[in-house]
Amino acid sequence: MQRIGVFVCHCGTNIAGTVDVKAVAEALGREAGVVFSTDYQYMCSESGQQLMRGAIREHKLTGVVVCSCSPRMHENTFRKAAELEGLNPYMVEIANIREHVSWIHKDMKEATEKAIILGRAAIAKVHLNQPLQAGESPVTKRALVIGGGIAGIQTALDIAEAGFEVDIVEKSPTIGGKMAQLDKTFPTLDCAACILTPKMVDAAQHEKIKIFSFSEVEAVQGYVGNFRAKIRRKARFVDEDKCTGCGLCTEKCPQKKVPNEFNMGLDNRRAIYIPFAQAVPKVATIDPNYCTMLKSGKCGLCAKICGTGAIDYKQQDQIIEREYGAIVAATGFNPIDAKAYNEYGYATYPDVVTSLELERLMNAAGPTNGTLLRPSDNEHPHKIVFVQCVGSRCEEERGKQYCSKICCMYTAKHAMLIREKYPDTEVYVFYIDVRTPGKNFDEFYRRAVEQYGVHYIKGMVGKVTQNGKQLRVQASDLLAGEQMHIDADLVVLATAIEPDKSARSIATMLTASMDTNDFFTEAHPKLRPVESPTAGIFLSGVCQGPKDIPETVSQASACAAKVIGVLAKDKLTCNPCVASSDEMLCNGCSSCEKVCPYGAISYSDKEFRGPNRTTLIRRVASVNPAVCQGCGACTVACPSGAMDLKGFTNKQIMAEVDAICK
Amino acid sequence: MQAVMEKRALELLADGTVNRVLGWTAGEFIYDVTPAVFETAEEVQNGFLYNDFCGANLSKYLVKESRKEGKILVFLKPCDTYSFNQLLAEHRIIRENVYVIGIECYGKVDVEKLREMGLSGITGIRKADGDFVVETIYGEKTVKQADAMAERCLACKSKRHVVYDELIGEDGEVVEDCNRFDMVEKLEQMTPEERFAFWRGELSRCIRCNACRNVCPACTCEQCVFDNPNSGVAQKAAASSFEENMFHIIRAFHVVGRCTDCGECSRVCPQNIPLHLLNRKFIKDINSFYGTYQAGEDPNAKPPLGTFTTGDREA
Repeated sequence: MQRIGVFVCHCGTNIAGTVDVKAVAEALGREAGVVFSTDYQYMCSESGQQLMRGAIREHKLTGVVVCSCSPRMHENTFRKAAELEGLNPYMVEIANIREHVSWIHKDMKEATEKAIILGRAAIAKVHLNQPLQAGESPVTKRALVIGGGIAGIQTALDIAEAGFEVDIVEKSPTIGGKMAQLDKTFPTLDCAACILTPKMVDAAQHEKIKIFSFSEVEAVQGYVGNFRAKIRRKARFVDEDKCTGCGLCTEKCPQKKVPNEFNMGLDNRRAIYIPFAQAVPKVATIDPNYCTMLKSGKCGLCAKICGTGAIDYKQQDQIIEREYGAIVAATGFNPIDAKAYNEYGYATYPDVVTSLELERLMNAAGPTNGTLLRPSDNEHPHKIVFVQCVGSRCEEERGKQYCSKICCMYTAKHAMLIREKYPDTEVYVFYIDVRTPGKNFDEFYRRAVEQYGVHYIKGMVGKVTQNGKQLRVQASDLLAGEQMHIDADLVVLATAIEPDKSARSIATMLTASMDTNDFFTEAHPKLRPVESPTAGIFLSGVCQGPKDIPETVSQASACAAKVIGVLAKDKLTCNPCVASSDEMLCNGCSSCEKVCPYGAISYSDKEFRGPNRTTLIRRVASVNPAVCQGCGACTVACPSGAMDLKGFTNKQIMAEVDAICK
Repeated sequence: MQAVMEKRALELLADGTVNRVLGWTAGEFIYDVTPAVFETAEEVQNGFLYNDFCGANLSKYLVKESRKEGKILVFLKPCDTYSFNQLLAEHRIIRENVYVIGIECYGKVDVEKLREMGLSGITGIRKADGDFVVETIYGEKTVKQADAMAERCLACKSKRHVVYDELIGEDGEVVEDCNRFDMVEKLEQMTPEERFAFWRGELSRCIRCNACRNVCPACTCEQCVFDNPNSGVAQKAAASSFEENMFHIIRAFHVVGRCTDCGECSRVCPQNIPLHLLNRKFIKDINSFYGTYQAGEDPNAKPPLGTFTTGDREA
């Protein structure tokens, strides 16, 4: 029989305001095996812990139940305190009476009753707890960064600067991401390329950084400190080591009609291309969907003119396997497809563009060499209407409920730049709210309104129609309370941003959780914002939530600091709550092996004693405790109940259920 | 048919391909056929029987038999081959130790149905055109195939052998419009109260003889949870009749995704509980949630309930 101590925490009024903590301590004190039960204002405080330690000593406790906040907050605190008194830390159980009780109930009678029930369940579990010993596992001192935008680059640079190897895996032919497509950056209006490309070059030249461009992560196995990733290096039909990036092939290629994705399809590129002048690596890539040689075997011009013989039409996708200690998701974002918003006529009128398209139209390296011209007739627009919140803060199915966060500021930037460069242009901005929290942000916006005379109108655009050479914008001015019509030459839609489509499958691969919008979830929204709940997986940039560049860079560096924290260790303490298989019950059916996301289960043929002095050879499962993460999937899949999870045994869980249902 | 099968069994025994034959033999009566292992030509000649009452699925016996010395010959009907494949997928049968002869099947007779027609003293049965001719000590009687056939055969899902080393007779096709979910749909349309009452009624007849578990080819655990003293449910006196009913619910959950819908559970139930309906409900749900999946069809297929895909949602 265990000697159990129960400690009920008030958490100030957090718990005690809704739960009668004295009644809970009293009721639980009467449970079988409980030899000590008390309540205290803050169990997590130094004196709270001293109280617990004193009780362990005095009452010779063999098990502890703390009724307090979520185990994710203070389980470790209490385990450590118990360990200091010589108690095995895994003999401590938490009954979560804050998040599960006081915060979600209003009625004290009900809440108290539920707190007692949860306490009983924890006591029932402790009765069956076994002391567990944590093992250790080594750390591979290399990080994988998935995504080579500004977030991935910054994280990689910071990790590399600390002396650890980093691989960047980028799915497109060059790193740089969305920032490379931008013209100027708010609130300082410095040119995006001028500040980004030196970082790209730094990354490429850093001896600790290896860039796998035009590559995708295909599979990830393992656990913190010991991941193994399969990386598909997609065939670019150009030998990266031989190509000098001279660009001759991209000028001579006869296939000229390929929409240029870097310029948002506003102009064309060749079938062999280098996305932009400062691309890293500066290596050509052949687009197999358009290359005549790859499609029909006729042409071969690029191979003929290439001075270094870098063209290889027979190149195949290559799969490489690399080991990592930590993985960073930096998968970034994309603007949503504005076609869903038919009323703005994006799909119909060429002069309705998205903000990212406008960036390219204003960029010196863009399709118009930086002169702002309308896509339809290449003329200067004189009246421009900006529509804010296209798809952001949208309750409908086609949009996003969240605020995309960056649009207010970049629209102010666009408006200001246009008024600066073309003072004869009138600029209107339709907004729901203008949101400018951030250093020097509101000042920036005020400048657009006051200094540059941009017309900000509170209200939404209802419809955009053709009116001769112009676009008729029908909108409402909410402050004046009237309908208005503007004949504009160009309409710019500030489309919402959404996580990159690849993020979902990567999250599944990494067993990292996501929210309903497909943004990665943090381990804690306030206190652990750059870690995923899955150990060893870290988050950098917009894949975690909408962010501007300054915020992305600071988060990327924070993420790097967390990664360095893992890589700097020589050994990591393993979680002793791992699965194990009872060989006498195991059928060898492989159900557990199939569901194990970590590849921790293997099979072997073993000899067993059969009846009448015979031996039987049976196929049985065994778990590698260093690889097992204790997710418990195998224990559910096992048809015979041979698989069990230490610390969460089937018996313990059934005992908890019984205690709750009693 | 029996003669052809017997001849082939004797040949394979004689040339040493196999050292045992797994087939059927008569019980006390012609219709209570029982599975049997024959070790010599003589045993085959004296005991081997194959007729329209041979419904028993022989796959499960191979879990033990394929682990013995030498190779064993087994005769499998199309539906039995699905069970065989599923057991292969679960590494329960050692394939190298089994020689599979697939035998064609047009459906097996449910002797209960013959009894309900008032037939007794049955001494034999044969097929004549589309009907069965039942021989009894009181004379012969012709019955319509549909009236005499077992429910599971009327709703046969496949006449195709998914695995075999050789075939006797023709291989058939998967029956696309087998209507096997009709009764499940009816149950789905009931209110929860009606459905609860239906199952309480059916399961109340259970005498816990464990025949369904013992015959089920998906129930091949080294030690069943119901026999495992550590599981907390073995040898436990049921606190209520409802707890007793839960045996079948737990069993259905244990075989979910692995049940091939062979229908043996309902065939052997002495209380005629339609146990297969529980399994069919699961199969129907798996089909609608994860796309059509037939356990046992392909031993290398990924089981929908035991596979992660990148499309799986976390929340």
